[in-house]
Amino acid sequence: MNVSYRWLRALAPELEDAPARVAERLAMVGAPVDALVALGDQLAGVVIARVERVQRHPNADRLTLCEVDAGQATRLQVVCGAPNVRAGAYYPFAPVGATLPGGLEIRAAKIRGVVSHGMLCSERELGLGRDHTGILELHGRFTPGEPFAEALELNDVRLLLDVTPNRPDLLSHYGVARELAPGGEAGLRLAGFPSLEDGSAGAPLAALDEQIRFVVAAREESTGGVRVVLDDARGCPRYLGAVIRDVSVGPPPEWLAARLRAVGLRPINNVVDATNYVLFELGQPLHAFDLDRLRGPAVVIRRARADERMRTLDGEERVLHEELLVIADAERACAVAGVMGGAESEVTSATRNVFLECALFEPKTIRRSARALGLSTDASYRFERGVDPEGMERATRRALALIVAVAGGRVESVAVDLHPQPRAAPVVGLRPARVSQVLGADFDEGGVTRYLEPLGFRAVGRVGDAVHFRVPGHRWYDVTREIDLIEEVARRHGYDQFADELRAFRPSVVPDDPMAQLEDRLRTLLVARGFLEARSASFASEGEGDVALLNALSQAEAWLRASIAKGLLHRLEHNFTRGARHVRLFEIGTVFQPSPAGQPPREATHLAAVFTGARLPPHWSEATAAFDVWDLKALLLELARVLGLGSAAVVPGSGDRARGAVAVVDELAFQLRDDRGQVGWGGRVAAEAVDAPAWADPIWALEVRLSPEMAVREPPVLRALPAFPAVERDLALVVRDDQAAAAIEAAIRAAAGRQLEYVAPFDLYRGPGISEGQRSIAYRLRFRAPDRTLTDREVDDVVARVVDRLREEFGVQLRA
Amino acid sequence: MKQASELLRDLEALEREARAAIADATTTDALEGIRIRLLGRKEGRLTAVLRRLGEIAVEERPALGAAANRVKSALTELLGARAAELGAGAARVPGVDLTLPGRDQWAGARHPVTLVIDEICRVFQSLGFTRVRGPEAETDWYNFISLNTPLDHPAADLHDTFYVSDGILLRSHTSPVQIRTMQAFQPPIRVVVPGLVYRRDPFDASHAPAFEQIEGLAVDQGVSFVDLKATLAEFARRLFGRRATVRFRPSFFPFTEPSAEVDVSCILCGGSGCSTCKGTGWLEIMGAGMVHPAVFENVGYDAERYTGFAFGMGPARVAMVRYGIADIRMLYEADVRFLEQFA
Ligand SMILES: [Zn+2]
Repeated sequence: MNVSYRWLRALAPELEDAPARVAERLAMVGAPVDALVALGDQLAGVVIARVERVQRHPNADRLTLCEVDAGQATRLQVVCGAPNVRAGAYYPFAPVGATLPGGLEIRAAKIRGVVSHGMLCSERELGLGRDHTGILELHGRFTPGEPFAEALELNDVRLLLDVTPNRPDLLSHYGVARELAPGGEAGLRLAGFPSLEDGSAGAPLAALDEQIRFVVAAREESTGGVRVVLDDARGCPRYLGAVIRDVSVGPPPEWLAARLRAVGLRPINNVVDATNYVLFELGQPLHAFDLDRLRGPAVVIRRARADERMRTLDGEERVLHEELLVIADAERACAVAGVMGGAESEVTSATRNVFLECALFEPKTIRRSARALGLSTDASYRFERGVDPEGMERATRRALALIVAVAGGRVESVAVDLHPQPRAAPVVGLRPARVSQVLGADFDEGGVTRYLEPLGFRAVGRVGDAVHFRVPGHRWYDVTREIDLIEEVARRHGYDQFADELRAFRPSVVPDDPMAQLEDRLRTLLVARGFLEARSASFASEGEGDVALLNALSQAEAWLRASIAKGLLHRLEHNFTRGARHVRLFEIGTVFQPSPAGQPPREATHLAAVFTGARLPPHWSEATAAFDVWDLKALLLELARVLGLGSAAVVPGSGDRARGAVAVVDELAFQLRDDRGQVGWGGRVAAEAVDAPAWADPIWALEVRLSPEMAVREPPVLRALPAFPAVERDLALVVRDDQAAAAIEAAIRAAAGRQLEYVAPFDLYRGPGISEGQRSIAYRLRFRAPDRTLTDREVDDVVARVVDRLREEFGVQLRA
Repeated sequence: MKQASELLRDLEALEREARAAIADATTTDALEGIRIRLLGRKEGRLTAVLRRLGEIAVEERPALGAAANRVKSALTELLGARAAELGAGAARVPGVDLTLPGRDQWAGARHPVTLVIDEICRVFQSLGFTRVRGPEAETDWYNFISLNTPLDHPAADLHDTFYVSDGILLRSHTSPVQIRTMQAFQPPIRVVVPGLVYRRDPFDASHAPAFEQIEGLAVDQGVSFVDLKATLAEFARRLFGRRATVRFRPSFFPFTEPSAEVDVSCILCGGSGCSTCKGTGWLEIMGAGMVHPAVFENVGYDAERYTGFAFGMGPARVAMVRYGIADIRMLYEADVRFLEQFA
């Protein structure tokens, strides 16, 4: 909502705050000002001039030579290129030495051999609008030489207000002034309009008011020979109409054009501008129809017929449907109700008679219409949020008075007010004790009443401990229950007036989320291992997700991800293209799987990691190896430990692959399993799965589905430290390649029994001395008894048992 | 005599050579080689000298023996000192340039937004809140209707929402978790809800279609607007420093009333105005308010008995201000040159 500071001051004469202070106060009212725009101060050098004579330029057909009275002792000679320049008219004039808003400095210059002493300006040259078809002709009485910006009241400040959807009452100057004026609404004044003839203050509105009588009816009534029929009272609970005859449609007077420009509107013609003026002043959208274009003549408020067509004011041909509310004449739709008028019944310079509409449309109906047409207009914006049902007659009278003041004509004395089910103003009870309870500070009846009455609420009685307030029309939409009044009290009291002292509280009954704790541990682990945490949006392209979005932003983001590793590989590619070779990324986030129709997709929290490059930062002392499969396996084992899966959880082989999973090299892949099945995978990323440069090292990836059970952590139970020494033995075994080390190790453990404390391979050898298809694995075994020192003989016996078992079961030989 | 003086000369030469060799050694392995060549039990040169003591006159033996033992202990000490030097790298010795880089580990890092979320949650945990989370895909009942936001009200326009199917959407705020928490528990409730939310805004310097939010909810008997102000003021002081202040401005959220925008004094300029706070001295960080009675009614709470407050904030925005990140896209690109800076 754009607000003109001058306009605000005109409505609230006692408001003395400067624009910056007004902006501060509005922020504390709940309508922050996004920007203050100074208007007109760049026009300081521009004056009003009257063109006295117009002649053809001797050397150019398109140019004219004007004699201009700019208030100086002598007339000035000015060359002008505008087609609309005429003698006797007033124009903005930039004399030599003036600077225009675009930065152009005016100098005396020869144009086609004739010296021009200044420039007559167009709207665009003055920064007032886009029109550049001609110079800006001014309508009214002026003194040549008077400063242009002051004469037109252009030196103003525009405030760009950010109004929340619950406060449609702030979408008008009157509503904003009500919040700011000392004394609230009682301090506001709607002044009369200057009359067209002499610029003097107009006759009091009351004179015109007395001539017009609104005839209230339910569904149908006539005004000035126009039959008005309210066919759809659900979409339009109330409809006022009036007829003005013999208007002279033309340019608006400058004061009106200036007001509209100050709020960012482009003046159109005096009648349309009058309706826009009232919209911005009182917040009531109005529409003027060219009465002679309405067949019947009739005005019918009804739903559109299927495939009914009309052309809207913006020139678009619209195909309507039965959901849309329209204003029709006897035959066809003439306006989309509350959104936009029709081109055919538009008020133009040819219009003589006008039908003025002031309607109350139902917000949801207008919202649907605006959405269906893809339009948001000043009118639809206000109807969607709700206009003041109690202010309609005032708005109509104000618009009629303004039209007569700026376009002449006479108003038919009978106007219609179709209002099938007049609604009584809502009354809302407010308990001062409840106010105190919710706000945490003491309020009494006098206090709350003092805050509410300036806003138009009126105390109308008491029931029990509740004070009843009548809600004014401009707040019917957002004040419907006690809490709404409590908010008004808090707002008027001032949020900054409340204390902020911390008080005792009872502890939360909700347990801290164990998954959040698990994720925290995983982050700690991966960060300690040199991984960088990524966060990426959950979107994926087709083939990388199983749940599609209905209204995606782009093809690349049209699905919800099924895998996080896949996305991390894209992030890896992003890093590769920036020359990064050593990349270690991880992410913890949500993945999505389809559900039966009507239910939200199933979600799971996954951890994924992707890594490539050197295992350690390159160092001058030695060549650093790239990450290999043993780094991956160790990381998987570490994760299995933290997730409580146990050491048997990491199994070679790629396992079940979900659709859209990252392709891995089968020979270099693991599954991560818990008691119930596979919970993750890790492996070397297949070449086709990632776009890697030639210099890239092998790429490793893993992904694990996290579950709340994994978050359960049993505290460790301490084992007593050994009291007796251990005995170690090394065994070098020759093992066939098809015999898994894990199986050998399991056999060693089984054969050695409880005294085997530790067994692990410490060397692996192929080469001379070992035949093809075999390898030598050297194991270190450590034995210990809890209650005595083992003798060499005891240990030798156990080792002999181990060797026998290995020989029988695997045919394994000791290496010579 | 001749033999004794000869032996003494050999001993001096040996000491000279040995001292030079020890000084030149650059590795402990080399040093060990030197030790064996000098003092080794079988081949050591000093050992050999000591053995030859038996060949000289008895009366000269004590003096020569003492000299030999002095050399032996001096060299032993030198070897030890040099070994310590090489081990600890404590002195500048030819052959070892200690200005060379040391052997490093890769540095990992939490994401800057995680750092901020962790810190915010820690502050609220210290104020008696616990963490809860909820699904990212929701029904429109949880995301809008239960939160007093009719689907056809302009307030629903504030969030342009992604839909998965009719009535199923990606949550546009973490507020649905308020509802889920109140459905599952009876007061007293004090929770914070970190999580990802979705809005149909294409990526640009200040918008992302998915970003993090932290929601807060406190419900009990007697919770008031003053408690809300006090809690958020205390939060601001703990997160941004003791001098931080908050400002509450009236605002509108369908599920709270009274509602407020909560500004925190600019952490960069302290309130005097800078480019980050657009000259206002304030950063818009949070929205907050008293839980609307309609929300309590939707979860079956007695709205007369219980009152509560709720708030929401954007940790990504806090991270951007705190770390000087000008473009929100940097947070979600996973560029390692960016992420490494938070190690
Ligand atoms: Zn600042």
